[in-house]
Amino acid sequence: MGIIKAAKLFYDYVSKDEHDEIEEVIHAVSGVDLDVEAGQFIAILGHNGSGKSTLAKQMNALLVPTGGTLWVKEMDTSQPENVWNVRQTAGMVFQNPDNQIIASLVEEDVGFGPENLGVPTEDIWKRVNQGLKSVGMLEYSHHSPNRLSGGQKQRVAIAGVMAMEPECIVLDEPTAMLDPNGRKEVIETVRQLNQEKKVTVILITHYMDEVVHADKVYVMDDGKIVLSGTPRQVFSQVEYLKQLRLDVPQVTELAYELRQSGVDVPEGILTIEELVESLERFKSR
Amino acid sequence: MGIRLEHVNYIYSPDNAFRKQALRDVNLEIQDGEFIGLIGHTGSGKSTLIQHLNGLLRATSGQIYYNEQNIYDDKYRMIDLRSQVGLVFQYPEHQLFEMTVLKDVCYGPKNLGLDDDAAVERAKEALAMVGMTEKDYSKSPFELSGGQKRRVAIAGVLAMHPQVIVLDEPTAGLDPKGRNDILNQISALHRQTGITIILVSHSMEDVAKYVDRIIVMNRGEVFMDDTPKEIFRQSEALERVGLAAPQVTYVMRQLHKIFPELPEDVTTVEEAKEALLHCLEADK
Repeated sequence: MGIIKAAKLFYDYVSKDEHDEIEEVIHAVSGVDLDVEAGQFIAILGHNGSGKSTLAKQMNALLVPTGGTLWVKEMDTSQPENVWNVRQTAGMVFQNPDNQIIASLVEEDVGFGPENLGVPTEDIWKRVNQGLKSVGMLEYSHHSPNRLSGGQKQRVAIAGVMAMEPECIVLDEPTAMLDPNGRKEVIETVRQLNQEKKVTVILITHYMDEVVHADKVYVMDDGKIVLSGTPRQVFSQVEYLKQLRLDVPQVTELAYELRQSGVDVPEGILTIEELVESLERFKSR
Repeated sequence: MGIRLEHVNYIYSPDNAFRKQALRDVNLEIQDGEFIGLIGHTGSGKSTLIQHLNGLLRATSGQIYYNEQNIYDDKYRMIDLRSQVGLVFQYPEHQLFEMTVLKDVCYGPKNLGLDDDAAVERAKEALAMVGMTEKDYSKSPFELSGGQKRRVAIAGVLAMHPQVIVLDEPTAGLDPKGRNDILNQISALHRQTGITIILVSHSMEDVAKYVDRIIVMNRGEVFMDDTPKEIFRQSEALERVGLAAPQVTYVMRQLHKIFPELPEDVTTVEEAKEALLHCLEADK
């Protein structure tokens, strides 16, 4: 069994009227099977409302499945006695940093997690510094979080999760508010953690170019996984992705458009180098 | 006519240890009907700048003219400025609060002193402009999808009939289709009404596709101010200030090394496709 495994997973949002009668049931997650091996970099794509965030929140036991089972490191998340261990194993970073920063100094905020875990004081400082360094925010350790920009706050929030040294990090659109450099920095940091510290990464994003290096991509629609595979397999399905309100990286789109116009380039081009290489042979002989 | 900024400086907390100069000697002229992209890394001064345009922040020094009138004149009515320069903040859907979509959009015009009928008329017109239909009028804003909520919030500003609309990252957090829908809507609005649009964005791809002019902010200063082609030609300079050119610009620059006849200053996928097809055809 992988570090995160879902079997026939369901989550229903039930809305009731004032008489406690059920008005509407929304199947936000609807029969998802998933098996993530430790150390993988997984990306989850899907339009707004496709169920990505609901799935992510279950990995952190913030939501408990209404059907099926989810195991985090073989712990059933629906068992109350597992909750703390699940949360320590799978740390979560949300889209809006304002909802996850609580302390009046950056370093205190980052130290909050490890402190709650009962880490010795000396180690807390070590972890705080490492966490901040890994997101490029060390020089801000004595600043007040509320004076930082949105992007800087998000990096502090990520540092806070990293300071808990979880085995798995679930990031729910962590770069939605960042500028290009901030995005690059966060994604590179996450990749580095994945490669060097073997942290399992589950990245939910709307930015297709962040997905290119993932080991596996899952695409959600209507609470279900409708497409999965390597980035190349997934990004070969340009038409289908567009139907699902998604997109592909610009270089993939350009290659696709050229293919549609009869130019012989392979499907699922992901990088600039690949496109350049495949066009090189058209050079006039 | 339009907006003119002369030597604008802005300092946060000038009298204590948190003193920070957010704008430095900003000089800009924005003409009526322009579609401008405002870019810069986080903390570069974009948000501070746009809050000056409708008087939410007052410059520490320097002058701002709206239609040739100095907005810092004692006699100048700030409420006129605010009704003519509409600001759509980040995550504007957080500011929706009424029971129904229609009521929410009526809030602005009512505050301008319009009677109920006139306010409703403007609200309907504004909702139509952002692609919301009559069956949405009586819905609660909270029933809508993220992209719809955001369009309702934009309609709330449009209903005030502004001459200028400033949008601070209107597509943040939306899926790709939602992003395209909003931007196409804004672009259509620009074409149809001739309203001035200032789009703050972190997406170079979006900016390249839609705007006519780009203003790049860095450390509170105007770092560049030119057409998208000219701006993205200088990608090294952009990278130095935390930005980049669209991916397709880098693609074409690499391809240019192999096919020297390809242009180097391509900024959209469509343009790249045309240029490449033309070039490959000629090479056969």
